[in-house]
Amino acid sequence: MFAYYLELALRSLKRSPGLTALMVLTIAFGVAASMTTYSVFRAVSGDPIPWKSAKLFVPQIDNWGPNGRGSDGEPPNAMDYNDAITLMRDHRAKLQSAMYQISPSIVPADASKHPINVSGHAVYSEFFPMLDVPFLYGSGWSADDDTQRAAVVVISSKLNQKLFGGSNSVGKTVNVEGKDYRVVGVLNDWNPQPRFFDVVNSGGFSTGVEDVFLPFQRAITVGIPNDGNTNCNAVPTESGFVGLQHSACVWIAYMAELDDAAAATAYKQYLDGYAHDLQQSGHFGWAPNNRLRDLPAWLDNQHVVPSDTKVSLLVALGLLLACLVNTAGLLLAKFLRRSSEIGVRRALGAPRMAIYAQFLTEAGIIGLAGGVLGLLLTGVGVVSVGWVLPKDIAALARVDFSLLTLTLLVAVIATTLAGLYPTFRASRVQPAWQLKSN
Amino acid sequence: MMQIKPILAAMRHHRAGTVLIALQIALTLAIVCNALFIIQQRLAHLSEPTGIDEASLFVIHNQWAGQSSTPQIDAQIQTDLATMRQLPAVRDASPSNSYPLRGGGWDNFITLTPEQVQPTTDGSVYLGDEQTIDTLGVKLLAGRNFRADEVGRIGLREDVFPPVVIVTRALADRLYPDGSALGKPLYAMSPTPSTIIGIVDLLQRQGVSTWDTTYAYQSLLWPMRVAEPQGLYYIVRAKPGQLAAAMREVPKALNAQNRMRIIDPKDGELSFAQVRERAYDSDRGMAILMGIISAVLLAITAAGIVGLTSFWVGQRRKQIGIRRALGATRHDILSYFLTENLLIGGIGVVLGTLLAIGINLWMVTQFEMARLSLGYVVIGVIALLLLGQASVLTPALRASRVSPVEATRSV
Repeated sequence: MFAYYLELALRSLKRSPGLTALMVLTIAFGVAASMTTYSVFRAVSGDPIPWKSAKLFVPQIDNWGPNGRGSDGEPPNAMDYNDAITLMRDHRAKLQSAMYQISPSIVPADASKHPINVSGHAVYSEFFPMLDVPFLYGSGWSADDDTQRAAVVVISSKLNQKLFGGSNSVGKTVNVEGKDYRVVGVLNDWNPQPRFFDVVNSGGFSTGVEDVFLPFQRAITVGIPNDGNTNCNAVPTESGFVGLQHSACVWIAYMAELDDAAAATAYKQYLDGYAHDLQQSGHFGWAPNNRLRDLPAWLDNQHVVPSDTKVSLLVALGLLLACLVNTAGLLLAKFLRRSSEIGVRRALGAPRMAIYAQFLTEAGIIGLAGGVLGLLLTGVGVVSVGWVLPKDIAALARVDFSLLTLTLLVAVIATTLAGLYPTFRASRVQPAWQLKSN
Repeated sequence: MMQIKPILAAMRHHRAGTVLIALQIALTLAIVCNALFIIQQRLAHLSEPTGIDEASLFVIHNQWAGQSSTPQIDAQIQTDLATMRQLPAVRDASPSNSYPLRGGGWDNFITLTPEQVQPTTDGSVYLGDEQTIDTLGVKLLAGRNFRADEVGRIGLREDVFPPVVIVTRALADRLYPDGSALGKPLYAMSPTPSTIIGIVDLLQRQGVSTWDTTYAYQSLLWPMRVAEPQGLYYIVRAKPGQLAAAMREVPKALNAQNRMRIIDPKDGELSFAQVRERAYDSDRGMAILMGIISAVLLAITAAGIVGLTSFWVGQRRKQIGIRRALGATRHDILSYFLTENLLIGGIGVVLGTLLAIGINLWMVTQFEMARLSLGYVVIGVIALLLLGQASVLTPALRASRVSPVEATRSV
């Protein structure tokens, strides 16, 4: 029967090519607009480390008190040096790392080459296993290197390419800010989007690459200053980078791995206990107001998905809805114009279900055609979306198998839904009345 | 107007089609109103002036390689400035921590007394020297420029606060609304007062985000060279018409003077046109995207109206023939369909207006968005009613040409 309905549908569609083309175009535009904006939304709202995000937590400590809180009562979104160091020393999580953004210069050994400026982070050794950072050569440094403030460095494969021509450079030396560092590891391609370990400084998405990672305490000791945001509720009493470390200014990101809910509860209690002690000792003039969010909640709290991306998606979905209403109207006109044909079929004994099958097949074919055209338009849309949305975000949008499938599915299902009411009306056609009036 | 009753009767007969067209007009109106509003907001935002001589300006991001002391860096900066100012295509150059539209940077809360807990307002901090005003091309409205002997230096995170400061008119008016700012003190998170010695006209902030709009054009100039180890920005003003030449000469001259510096080959040198383009990239993009979606939506709605009305005309050929045979003129038939469309459009725009305002109010709560001004709804309503009339015209004209003979035909 399906083959027969298919033939009927194709014949009917061929009879009014203008109307058919209009419906196919409508569906194609609606689907393409939604899928293009969705591909961007999907790219920016995706989980950067899905296998582990529920175990990664970002602690916030309210070291500024009521005057420094936002209107929503939130504590600062980064840590001051003292709190970060205390948390690292207490070491209450399974894995943890304080980190700050750096932007050191690297002087190539070849004196004829210009020095280059790279970006990266000063982190603790547990940063690498905690975030499952992939290595091409070597590995991260050890906990001993942390305490001994060893001159070791982990570099990106891109920097390795630039400095060592891509060969295994473990054990070789890199000059960072005028001092020699021993390469212990070379990263494999690692460019998580968003930069979930430090969204405050990266703003979420970044077109750059993290080129160097140095031991946190080493960077502090040699005075490699932070390159990211520094927020102060008061001017530090001492000058310089050391003054910053003694101040309540917040500039350090922090992440901890906690395996289950019990560990998270225990860690939160530890944070509150720490703040409570500071209140008792008179350092904090206020009750603990800490936060401990898992990674997805933290990304949401920091509004990592830009509101423009959401607004574009919503407007495009609105366009799709309007396209469907339009298609429903056109299908209604098309189906009811064939009332006499339906009358004849019904009079010859076709049940209502047969009418349903016939007309929904026709709607489905329009949906499929719209979907195929929509696929092409989505492809064009994803390629050219960098033209209208910020480049760092647009570059993340991809056409992949799941997007292709989704596009077709959305087109077919939506068009079939739009065809439901017109089909219902068609199935209600009274055979007697139709036959009589003709 | 006598025709309204039969039209209403006919609409009851075609209830589903009527509802669908009205619904589509409502959706279109709601989306287009909000999209137009977004477009207007973004265009207004990206055409805001910075107050500086954008056509002749460019910026060099100069980073230092290796570690040097603050006095060494300061000496190098002064040598660099002298080098740049000597170049034939360069009118002036000055050192700074930032420039307008950079996208964010240093800003300080400002109070009128040192004890004040709640800040009066916020100001974007620009460091510079006695040439900064000339380099930027901003207009000094009152008071005086910095003197060369007032210009100091600031190393990494040093707590240096200048005794004198130049502010923008916007900041002066916010701090001292009676217009008496000149000669008065301000505290920019500083323990000691800075006296306002000059007031300049427009000078945009470093950031133009939603947070910044509250403090738009509130900037202050500090007489200091940024001698931080990370580097600084050189703002360079080319002589009229010589921007390209200056942009070629300056990096060459700087690297020839001392090569222990890093000027990124890609982003290290930006003309102000590029700065502006980057700053408003997302705004321009949103405006274009909303424009495309609105255009597609309007086209689809128009096509839908044409399609459905054509169907109705086809369906009613016999009735039209009868009416014509009974003496209705072509004009009567034409105005029947136009009026019918106007009625359906009327229902659609009433629904659409409610929907447009509803969507906007919801967006205000969800996203940082302003309230929709009713002007857009009015424009949208008129546009959609006209669009409806225009789309219905072709099928209606075809209807009006139906011959009275059709009444006598059986099919």
